[in-house]
Amino acid sequence: MAGALEASAAGPALSVRDVVVSYNGRRVLDGINLDIMRGETMVLLGGSGSGKSTLLRQIIGLERPQSGQVLVNGVDLAKCTPSEMKTVRRSIGVAFQDAALFNSMSVEDNVALPLREHTQLAESTIRLMTWMKLAVVGLQESGKLSPQALSGGMKKRAAVARAISLDPELLVFDEPSAGLDPIVAAELDELILGLKRAFNMTVIVVTHEMASAFRIADRMAMLYKGSLIAVGTKEELQSSSHPRIRQFFDRIPDRIADAAGIDEHFRQYLEGSGV
Amino acid sequence: MSMPAVERLGSATLRHLEYVGGLVIQLRNALGALRPTLPLVGNPNRWRSAVRQMLAVGVDAVPMVGIMAVCAGFILAMQGASELRHFGAMQFVVDLVTIGFTRELGPLLTAVAVSGRSGSAFSAEIGSMVVTEEIDALRTMAIDPVEFVLAPKFLAALIVLPCLTIISNACGILAGGVFMRLSTNMAFDVYFRDVVHSMALRDVLTGLVKSLAFAMIIVQVGCLEGFRVRGGPDAVGRSATAAVVKSTFLVILADVGFTAIFYLTGGK
Repeated sequence: MAGALEASAAGPALSVRDVVVSYNGRRVLDGINLDIMRGETMVLLGGSGSGKSTLLRQIIGLERPQSGQVLVNGVDLAKCTPSEMKTVRRSIGVAFQDAALFNSMSVEDNVALPLREHTQLAESTIRLMTWMKLAVVGLQESGKLSPQALSGGMKKRAAVARAISLDPELLVFDEPSAGLDPIVAAELDELILGLKRAFNMTVIVVTHEMASAFRIADRMAMLYKGSLIAVGTKEELQSSSHPRIRQFFDRIPDRIADAAGIDEHFRQYLEGSGV
Repeated sequence: MSMPAVERLGSATLRHLEYVGGLVIQLRNALGALRPTLPLVGNPNRWRSAVRQMLAVGVDAVPMVGIMAVCAGFILAMQGASELRHFGAMQFVVDLVTIGFTRELGPLLTAVAVSGRSGSAFSAEIGSMVVTEEIDALRTMAIDPVEFVLAPKFLAALIVLPCLTIISNACGILAGGVFMRLSTNMAFDVYFRDVVHSMALRDVLTGLVKSLAFAMIIVQVGCLEGFRVRGGPDAVGRSATAAVVKSTFLVILADVGFTAIFYLTGGK
């Protein structure tokens, strides 16, 4: 595994090239191009129906594009052999929106599952590693519990523990703050930042929570109706004058943005507030 | 709604063909995933999972399968007796029950019971795993959902359905004996001597072959319905219903096919 990864260590951790996805003739992703560098935190922003969940499913190899490529460490997910795919998948950890823990297993068995499936480690070693992963997310006391007994925030942290159990290079979060109160959501943001610092992982976060995005992002990419309309640092996006970015950042309903023409709205808004 | 009849017929045919194709592909993957599920040569976690399934699908179903078989045994004996009595041929009730159960009722009743109990449970379990993204999570962890979720159920059903069928046969024949004892005062040892006399190895074996095919149908349909769940919890409920309806239908369809083959290849 290490050999293949070192060979491509110079390039981006993940490249999305001209990816097109359509469902029933409707284009959900329309030629997406995006490079995510090693060790950076990329936040994918976008409203409902913008295609960000579809892009996420492409990135983690759950679906294949109609055209274009998704390259993880230089490996094309659509063309790789099953064993290459296995290697790629082991290098990606995914924390799903609703945690996706297996309710038939205890929390620690959930975290231990990838280790039991993919390593030949002794049970005692697996237990120790599982405990360490749970300690990283602050759940070392809750290993014996059933996932159903956990609160929303704890579930998400358990999902993170499972996602990092094979020490992935790329960690993907789907809506980490969805359904959490602001305090728990902020704790999860700190966890993401801490993981990145401690393990130097490449992190991809799909979200529409602006506060969270600004806290954790190195760079952001904004999706609108299946196209990437901006990629840049938080400062670059914040100072962007693109009407759809402004609409998203300033929480303006489509009705107003579409009816008045968003530029007009902003002119009035800015004049009205005396800036 | 205004679709012409031919077009509707065509699209329905395509839909059904697509479904059968999906079943065949899944069956092929499942057969490939059976080896890692076997004890000793495979992954011990899969075998443990298969043992749990055997308890759920097999052991827990014994009371229901047994009671159904006893009832059906009585029904068959009473219905047979009410006619055969007129000809003074009550002793043929023994043949009727023995042959009826080993060839037909044992495997069929067992399959219907397991389809209702476990076929729906398979689809509900897998369907809810789809909805909560657990199946996606498995795939991102490089764990094949067919091997992890389906194969243990498949192996379990292939092992327990023949066993349940034997239990069903035994219960049905036992009920026949009780009926004969009560209605004609036939002694149990005489009854069982007649049973052994009329029981053919071929009948028992064809019944067990059927039960293997039924196990395949119940697991593949139940799991396919589960994997195809899209949307929310209501879709899970619909898939459980569809699993029972479709697997019962296919079980009876397969039964006709098997019985025809056995009939044409020289079954008495």
